[in-house]
Amino acid sequence: MSATTQMGTQMSVIAVAIAVVRRDLLLALRRKSEVLTTLFFFVIVVSLFPLGIGPEMSLLRKIAPGVLWVAALLATMLSLNRLFGADYADGTLEQMTLSPVPLGLLVSAKILAHWLVAGLPLVLLAPVLGLQFDLDPRSLGVLMVSLLLGTPLLSLVGAIGAALTLGVRGGGVLVSLLTLPLYIPALIFGAGAVEADISGLGAGGHLSLLAALLALAVFFAPWATTAALRIALE
Amino acid sequence: MLTAANLACTRGERRLFAGLNFAIEAGGWIHVTGENGSGKTSLLRILCGLSQPEAGEIRWNGAPIRELDDEYRKILLYLGHQTPVKEELTARENLQISGALAGTVLDEADADAALEQVGLGGRERLPVRFLSQGQKRRVALARLLTSPAPLWILDEPFVALDAAALEMLAAIIAGHLAGGGIAVLTSHQEVTIEAAARLTLRIAA
Amino acid sequence: MSNRLINWFRFSSPQTFYPLAGKMLPWFIVLAIAFGIAGLWVSFFVAPVDAQQGQGYRIIFVHVPASWMSMFLYVVMAAWAGFGLAFNTRLSSMMASAIAPTGALMAFLSLWSGALWGKPMWGTWWVWDARLTSELILLFLYLGFIALQAAIDDPRRADKAGAILALVGVVNVPIIYFSVKWWNTLHQGASVSLTKSPSMAQAMLWGMLLMALALWMYSIAAALARVRAIMLERERHAGWVEELPEMRA
Repeated sequence: MSATTQMGTQMSVIAVAIAVVRRDLLLALRRKSEVLTTLFFFVIVVSLFPLGIGPEMSLLRKIAPGVLWVAALLATMLSLNRLFGADYADGTLEQMTLSPVPLGLLVSAKILAHWLVAGLPLVLLAPVLGLQFDLDPRSLGVLMVSLLLGTPLLSLVGAIGAALTLGVRGGGVLVSLLTLPLYIPALIFGAGAVEADISGLGAGGHLSLLAALLALAVFFAPWATTAALRIALE
Repeated sequence: MLTAANLACTRGERRLFAGLNFAIEAGGWIHVTGENGSGKTSLLRILCGLSQPEAGEIRWNGAPIRELDDEYRKILLYLGHQTPVKEELTARENLQISGALAGTVLDEADADAALEQVGLGGRERLPVRFLSQGQKRRVALARLLTSPAPLWILDEPFVALDAAALEMLAAIIAGHLAGGGIAVLTSHQEVTIEAAARLTLRIAA
Repeated sequence: MSNRLINWFRFSSPQTFYPLAGKMLPWFIVLAIAFGIAGLWVSFFVAPVDAQQGQGYRIIFVHVPASWMSMFLYVVMAAWAGFGLAFNTRLSSMMASAIAPTGALMAFLSLWSGALWGKPMWGTWWVWDARLTSELILLFLYLGFIALQAAIDDPRRADKAGAILALVGVVNVPIIYFSVKWWNTLHQGASVSLTKSPSMAQAMLWGMLLMALALWMYSIAAALARVRAIMLERERHAGWVEELPEMRA
């Protein structure tokens, strides 16, 4: 269309990525119910444990790091199908694959937006729930840091599972089976950090390992996710 | 110029077509016809680079598209069966994000002008979920007006359009071809589009 | 047969590999039985009775080889899947799919024999020892691979998606193992460990080696048999399949 070929200026690749993040955030904002149900799930699951185990505070203090981390893990997993599901269904994901901008970058942008909407609220909510388990302020701080490092890791690794199971029968449960084993190191180091802090050993080692895993995931997960997406869209 | 040599396609276990060749120059269009399930959509997806052919090669201006990669995607615009619009975004926002994904900034005035041209004037700021099916399709088609891509690959673009919209789309495509673009499209219906050259590709079992 | 050394790519198509696999299969079964008998004989009659654990420890001759095989097979499976993805060869992917159930079986066998060992020794059917826990996670990884391939209808997509999962898994296995070991050593409650086996007598090592070889031969045989079945199913419309004597019968 010659009349419109000069329309618009070129966007830098970073600007496109930012546009995608903004798009996903806008979509989440206009469809709040999905975002909020995941948060409520987190709160409810955490509350289930005292109900199932008993209100004895000394016991609850001991299981708190594990409970909060497992709940965060499950809540993240529940939100994974939102990462690519809607875009896959209406064809916009396919359009992203056909973009001249590298797909890996677009995927990273989507994962970032997903974390901002699904992971970050968990980081902010967890200390509040930690109070229900009588954790002291310093441990709550460690909990926040562990989740701050851990939830992006969960989003990144989960994205691979979400991409592999796009449009597949039984996708939701299947994602859990694929992703949960891969989440275990994050769980061990994340919950372990808080436990180490409580027992006075210091959370430094655990948190460094968690940070290392996050760095690894930032490099490799978008790559694997992109490959999985292309396979799903063939 | 788009050429295909010895293309073969297998879907699942069925061989859909083999030994497919064509060449089309700037200003021309290809009408792909065939029965349902004959492989028209598969062919278009192979031309986009979404799937890999079983055999054969596609070249754009002499270079294999597999090597061109991002360069090829820059000059390509694809519209498939789905209507790639987000329901929660407005028509204008949808156009703008499509532009961004293609790497260009689309300002509001240009987006609105395009929407006006496809008959959605006054509805630019409406979330797409309030539009009818045909109107949603027009939002997707508005991309044709804002994109500088010379190669259009359209799968059943005339479906769900009324007579007026059909004429409008045919005119848009004709304009694109007149400007030196190429179009490859499938359609059940017979369509008249003014063009320098037209190739009919019939895929038979 | 001398052609095979020079021109082994000839066997990279299902059509030529099918009869080759058929010829190799009985040999591996024989080897598996031979090593198995030798291994069991050493395990039961040659290896000495353990001072602390009595006769019950002999389950180690199943448990340890099964663990080794489960880990080895995962790497082999990931390698075949990776080849299939990189070079777009159908047969490599079929081999990966053929190995998966056997790998899962080895993992399951390792867990089950671990439990049988644990009960008479320490009174519990399960202990959260680092090795056993890692083995459990490995079983989940196998099951995930099998489930993913089962859920995807298009065989080529299933091959490629499985390959990505297997490759991601193989990178994660050392990470998971390391993190589980870390977890285990920091929690002082785990005073028992199936990895703390008594000092190895020569005979014990031989027993485990022979049993490992037996399981390895069995795994190859099972994979060959399974890949033949997969080939028949996936290529059933191909000319060469219809020409097979088994099909004509």
